[in-house]
Amino acid sequence: MTETTSKPGQTEVWITGIGLATSLGEGLDANWAALQEKRINVDEKGFAPFLVHPLLPVSFDSQIPKKGDQRQMEAWQRIGVYAAGLALDSAGIKGNKDILSKIDMVVAAGGGERDLNVDTGVLVAEAKGANAPGFLNERLMSDLRPTLFLAQLSNLLAGNIAIVHGLGGTSRTFMGEEVAGADAARIALARIASGESDIALVGGSHNGERKDLMVLYEFGDYNLKNSFAPVWARKDHPGFALGSAGAFLVLESRAHAEARGAKPYARLTTVVADLARRKQGGEMAATLEKLWDKLPRRAGKGAIITGATGAEPATSEERGFLGKHADFPVRSTGTMFGHAMETQFPLGLALAALAISRGALFPPNDTTGTEIEMQGAPTQIVVVGAGHWRGEGMALVEAVS
Amino acid sequence: MTAQRDKLGRPVVVVTGMGIMTSLGAGKTDNWAKLVAGESGIRTITRFPVDGLKTTMAGTVDFVSVDPFSSTGLSERMAELVTQEALEQAGIGARGDFPGPLFLAVAPVEVEWPQRRELGRAVGRTDFTYDDLLNISGGGKFTHWHHRFMFASVADHLADTFGTKGSPISLSTACASGATSIQLGVEAIRRGETDAALCVATDGSVNPEALVRFSLLSALSTQNDPPQAASRPFSKNRDGFVMAEGAGALVLESYEAATARGAKILGVVAGCGELTDSFHRTRSSPDGKPIIGCMKKTLADAGMEPDQIDHINAHGTATPENDKMEYNTTSAVFGDLAQKIPVTSNKSMVGHTISAAGAVEAIFSLLTLEHQRIPPTINYDTPDPTILFDVVGNKARDARVTAVMSNSFGFGGQNASLILTREPA
Repeated sequence: MTETTSKPGQTEVWITGIGLATSLGEGLDANWAALQEKRINVDEKGFAPFLVHPLLPVSFDSQIPKKGDQRQMEAWQRIGVYAAGLALDSAGIKGNKDILSKIDMVVAAGGGERDLNVDTGVLVAEAKGANAPGFLNERLMSDLRPTLFLAQLSNLLAGNIAIVHGLGGTSRTFMGEEVAGADAARIALARIASGESDIALVGGSHNGERKDLMVLYEFGDYNLKNSFAPVWARKDHPGFALGSAGAFLVLESRAHAEARGAKPYARLTTVVADLARRKQGGEMAATLEKLWDKLPRRAGKGAIITGATGAEPATSEERGFLGKHADFPVRSTGTMFGHAMETQFPLGLALAALAISRGALFPPNDTTGTEIEMQGAPTQIVVVGAGHWRGEGMALVEAVS
Repeated sequence: MTAQRDKLGRPVVVVTGMGIMTSLGAGKTDNWAKLVAGESGIRTITRFPVDGLKTTMAGTVDFVSVDPFSSTGLSERMAELVTQEALEQAGIGARGDFPGPLFLAVAPVEVEWPQRRELGRAVGRTDFTYDDLLNISGGGKFTHWHHRFMFASVADHLADTFGTKGSPISLSTACASGATSIQLGVEAIRRGETDAALCVATDGSVNPEALVRFSLLSALSTQNDPPQAASRPFSKNRDGFVMAEGAGALVLESYEAATARGAKILGVVAGCGELTDSFHRTRSSPDGKPIIGCMKKTLADAGMEPDQIDHINAHGTATPENDKMEYNTTSAVFGDLAQKIPVTSNKSMVGHTISAAGAVEAIFSLLTLEHQRIPPTINYDTPDPTILFDVVGNKARDARVTAVMSNSFGFGGQNASLILTREPA
């Protein structure tokens, strides 16, 4: 197991900025309002029989003023650069060259969109008999846009954030589906807690409106099909609906935040992650239990925000784990936002910090009774992120005392 | 008893195991022998047809078989082999029970053309749309491809095989990835989270689309004939880098833990530095400030002055821009010493191993320290008159080497440097 907990005497780490662009809207107020209203934006037709939670359109110009920059990116990067800008705004450091020149970045990313017309064109031509040895080479040389590669490279989300927002510290991109989001937060927290870094931008972005991704997940029969149901109500009809989302956080040492008069949304106390083998039933639940035991216990009102995917057997195992902690009301981001893969964990952290700062958990949205009402203000929220295939992460977000 | 903490009070991080594979061959012994002999691993590509390509050569690893072939499968197999070599040398932990985390530099993963073509054939018609491909992807026929093309798949396999602890991290910082994997390991040990870390970097990306992508960015050499002469770092007639495959693995340990178990110390990772360039997606800031800052941060991290570096293992890709920029920035940091410190680029022989390069070249730097011999930069027949490095041209050079700086610069403004030294006296 790998863990990051700020220990006594170590630096306390605050969440001082949150940026969200999701299927429910952009910014904290829009997302919070949608959660209160139990609004879900799911498209059952555009990709039928598959379902997606499409990005609620935003004006990219407001965070990515140069059209040239926008053209150099595909949607997943534009969403991320946009959400990163919102996070910097929210932390009050947008355009602050002193801080941006040293801010450290840890981004969780997948890869970029393929050009489906090029792919289909090659395959159809081959099916029709094109079989010269250099056929594929020639088509790719003539049909691929030269800059598409840069929109596909995982680390070019971070690269574009650096270019558009002027970030000049360190830049690391973690890949590896859901748990990459937890590991990004874990490493950023560890670096700040140990004094290696004062301030970091952490998060990810995902474009769920992509058939090339649906093909990949369809290989494993992971896509939710035909009709929408909350994550907990998919047992006989398992799978996830991909969601488009960008979620970024500014993490900052308490001293650094206080010196510039920044207010915290919440404190990021602990992030832990592990890799259960998942060869046998129960291994994933046991790993979640182990991670849970690593979180510091405090008196107060707790809740859980999970990125449970709806895929099986992972979701049933997780439900078993959650059942052992029934005193913590549960909320599923997968129901509300769809599954944003690498971004789901940062999204969970963002919502946890938001809920703590607003003094309330958002209402349940579930037909199975897994999610129950919560009265009063949560003081600690556990964020859970168990991958649809592998990888388990957990974090503790707390009210600043 | 030498100091187990560095000048900043952090645990000293040492290397106790190394494994390497490049187009020159498998293992340290073979690679080193060929490297100092000035052999090239670059050859005409035979893995797939090269008709219609501007660049037809690469540093492929053809002696490792993977069936069914995929670039990700090759990356995984190479990573496994170099890790085995590193663990055998380090003699740490038990078989399948490495006592620390894994940091893996790996190329971004995606479904590849052989699989896409099989999917196309599975439609069973001569006219179809992308939706038809999507609609036949499910049902269990291709489940193994889901597992193969998860980004985490290579790291998961290594973690399962070698029993690394915790959540393995798969990372990409483009051409600096290998250096970043080492940096993450160093930081974890310095923070006291672990006594040991396994840092692996692998890249098996020589496939048609990857070659075309770099070609379309005009990044690759097109001096196809003879292929061995294509990679020309610091030469006037350099025209781009040569794609290559390879992998490197390093076992890092705290000096304290390594000496306590009587491990042979292969070298010290004395300093790591990293600085983002926000100028452009593929080009360095013209003033070179981010690279200059990266080198300076690395020196500061090691607590060293420029005059303590006696060899530079350059990024040296042989693109017109990189080599010039590397000389200018090195000059800004090292002053007149930039013309006196022997510089070499391993890429002249093994090509650019992309995601693996930072680790592959760190290992070559450590072997340079061990053998007190600097491998040559081959194809250095027409020096670029504006690059006044003391390039170790064409023939290996015996030299007193106590500290090496190894540089890695990548797309997306990624700059990372390492300083490697011998065991503290």
